[in-house]
Amino acid sequence: MLTIKNLYVSVDGQEILKGINLEVKPGEVHAIMGPNGSGKSTLANVLVGKEEYEVTEGEITYMGEDLLEKSPEDRAKEGIFLSFQYPVEIPGVPMVNFLKTAVNEHRKHRGEKELNAGEFLKLMREKMDLVDMHPTLANRSVNEGFSGGEKKKNEIFQMALLEPKLAVLDETDSGLDIDALKTVAHGVNALKTKDNATIVVTHYQRLLEYIVPDFVHVLYDGRIVKSAGKELAFELEEKGYDWIKKEN
Amino acid sequence: MTDQDKILSDVTQSEYKYGFVTDIETDIIDRGLNEDVVRTIWEKKNEPAFMLEFRLDAFRKWQKMKMPEWAYLKIPPIDYQSISYYAAPVQKAKYTNLDEVDPELIDTFNKLGIPLEEQKLLAGVAVDVVMDSVSVKTTFKETLAEQGIIFCSISDALQEHPDLVRKYIGQSVPVADNYFAALNSAVFSDGSFCYIPKGVRCPMELSTYFRINAANTGQFERTLIIADDDSYVSYLEGCTAPMRDENQLHAAVVEIIALDRAEVKYSTVQNWYPGDKNGKGGIYNFVTKRGICRGVSSKISWTQVETGSAITWKYPSCVLIGNNSVGEFNSVAVTNNHQQADTGSKMIHIGKNTKSTIISKGISAGKSDNSYRGLVKIMPGATNSRNFSQCDSLLLNDTCGAHTFPYIEVGNKSSKVEHEATTSKIGEDQIFYCNQRGIDTEKAIGMIVNGYVKEVLNKLPMEFAVEAQKLLQISLEGSVG
Ligand SMILES: Nc1ncnc2c1ncn2[C@@H]1O[C@H](COP(=O)(O)OP(=O)(O)O)[C@@H](O)[C@H]1O
Ligand SMILES: [Mg+2]
Repeated sequence: MLTIKNLYVSVDGQEILKGINLEVKPGEVHAIMGPNGSGKSTLANVLVGKEEYEVTEGEITYMGEDLLEKSPEDRAKEGIFLSFQYPVEIPGVPMVNFLKTAVNEHRKHRGEKELNAGEFLKLMREKMDLVDMHPTLANRSVNEGFSGGEKKKNEIFQMALLEPKLAVLDETDSGLDIDALKTVAHGVNALKTKDNATIVVTHYQRLLEYIVPDFVHVLYDGRIVKSAGKELAFELEEKGYDWIKKEN
Repeated sequence: MTDQDKILSDVTQSEYKYGFVTDIETDIIDRGLNEDVVRTIWEKKNEPAFMLEFRLDAFRKWQKMKMPEWAYLKIPPIDYQSISYYAAPVQKAKYTNLDEVDPELIDTFNKLGIPLEEQKLLAGVAVDVVMDSVSVKTTFKETLAEQGIIFCSISDALQEHPDLVRKYIGQSVPVADNYFAALNSAVFSDGSFCYIPKGVRCPMELSTYFRINAANTGQFERTLIIADDDSYVSYLEGCTAPMRDENQLHAAVVEIIALDRAEVKYSTVQNWYPGDKNGKGGIYNFVTKRGICRGVSSKISWTQVETGSAITWKYPSCVLIGNNSVGEFNSVAVTNNHQQADTGSKMIHIGKNTKSTIISKGISAGKSDNSYRGLVKIMPGATNSRNFSQCDSLLLNDTCGAHTFPYIEVGNKSSKVEHEATTSKIGEDQIFYCNQRGIDTEKAIGMIVNGYVKEVLNKLPMEFAVEAQKLLQISLEGSVG
């Protein structure tokens, strides 16, 4: 599904990713762990086409096509979803309008009929239950005045609506209490199928108790320095990142 | 939302969409302005004697006046002698049937998306079309006449109801009110007239589509609306102009008078040609709009969506004379490329317990300048009066400008004036967040802008709100960055 080869990325002329290789297949869950500043969010942002992240070398293939050629909105419509580390507030734009537009843009792209207001509201209610979102949030402006936890739930709620092939969750656990964490993880797991894949970016092992990864990669200073099964997460938790730092 | 989607997907071109010229025979008088020209206009229009006095008085005062320079505008010199002050489409006969109307004209309306027939059937809107300066076609006149409502061109009103015009013209906007109003009073060629009798609620939205057509013809429209005791009317003004290279002067005057407990809603969608991307061409729009709440508990509200013109100079105002009268101003002003707008409102409180509200939403893009200028004046006798003003500016990039010039004078202690102002910029992060959800940048901006102006668009009649959204989208295309 996704193949990253020898990827180098710079921001403002500063090299941040230094030769990443990663292969993600349908049905897999990959965890990317690493200390702050190691480049986890950079990797997530490159996948979704954020402009200021400049690819200086390497390639990314998604569903057999050159991903780097595509605009951010096309990547989204072709199934790549990012749960943002810091979801953005858009005052004045009601969640309902925003989401209906997003869902219908996806549907148009797939050649499906657009949903009318009634059909959309029905779909929305269904998906809200999945992450236990308070229904009144849908009438508020996008993320405006949402608590940290509500923002993160809102990301997973959008993921549920858009049903991505490849979901990238950037620190979705940060700022969540244990109950909210369980709800969010439950949402992500419920959306799991054998055809879609998830990349979970996290600093802590905590989330991985609930979203169990098939592979864990440790990112340090722009490189993947260790890859293994889920047991690596526990080892990291035990030994701390200093263990990685010392080895590198 | 479905409307919005439709509009957003409808819109594909970024060049000014309504730039075409209709080829209709036009009767134009020689360029230049002097007393003889004023007399000629009066003669051509076969007006009653008092109008010659009115026009000459205005002309003489205008000659002694200077163009105002206080606005935050760079106005190139205007040669008033190079303009032709009268153009009328040649009419062979009065029409009784739409089929008889010049097919070119019908075609123009089709291009504008306002086929008269459909308008009549679907919207139930009476349309008084002003093509250049003379009213070409009036619909629904009979239906309105049954209720005693007069809705016609001001030329017709001068023929058929001269006493009514004489009583009210120049009351809200005196001939020498300002430079452009004086010019208009001297040379106006046509416009609309509306009288709602006592106790009558006008059963439909009254609507006028204006359109500048003949090259080098300044437009001097004159509109007069009178709402008698306990009456109500909602009036819509919308305009589009064909693309032209030379600058065209537009100096309209709109006067409203509301008597006891009367209510007038005046809505405008203004879309004159703004000039091209490099600032060449475009309409100069110098408008004087003023309503007088003469009666007790009367109400006048101005709602405007301004997307067009190279230069806009416009301050729809309310003079609140009657006790408990109410004035409202709701505005969205968009400037893009090299457009300049200096617009806002004046609320003059004279009666006791008078209330006014100003909601102004400026949107600037390109290299444009967008200024809000407002005056709230509470006279000593206007006890217990209230004003609330909110002026928001939204910037789409770093090369445009937004300015706010609020003037507040409160003449007594029992009154209260509140002013709030905000400036914000559409963030790249907001747009990217939309992109990541599959929404392209144009749509994202459309959505954010619609959210921002919602409060004002909600004040417009439904049909008009849809048109307004469409215009906003067109005028902001390709403006991100
Ligand atoms: N938009 C940006 N502009 C400048 N520097 C950035 C930007 N994004 C990330 N960086 C830098 O890149 C490095 C990696 O950051 P990031 O990818 O956010 O790490 P992580 O998510 O692992 O904490 C940091 O040194 C950070 O300061
Ligand atoms: Mg991060």
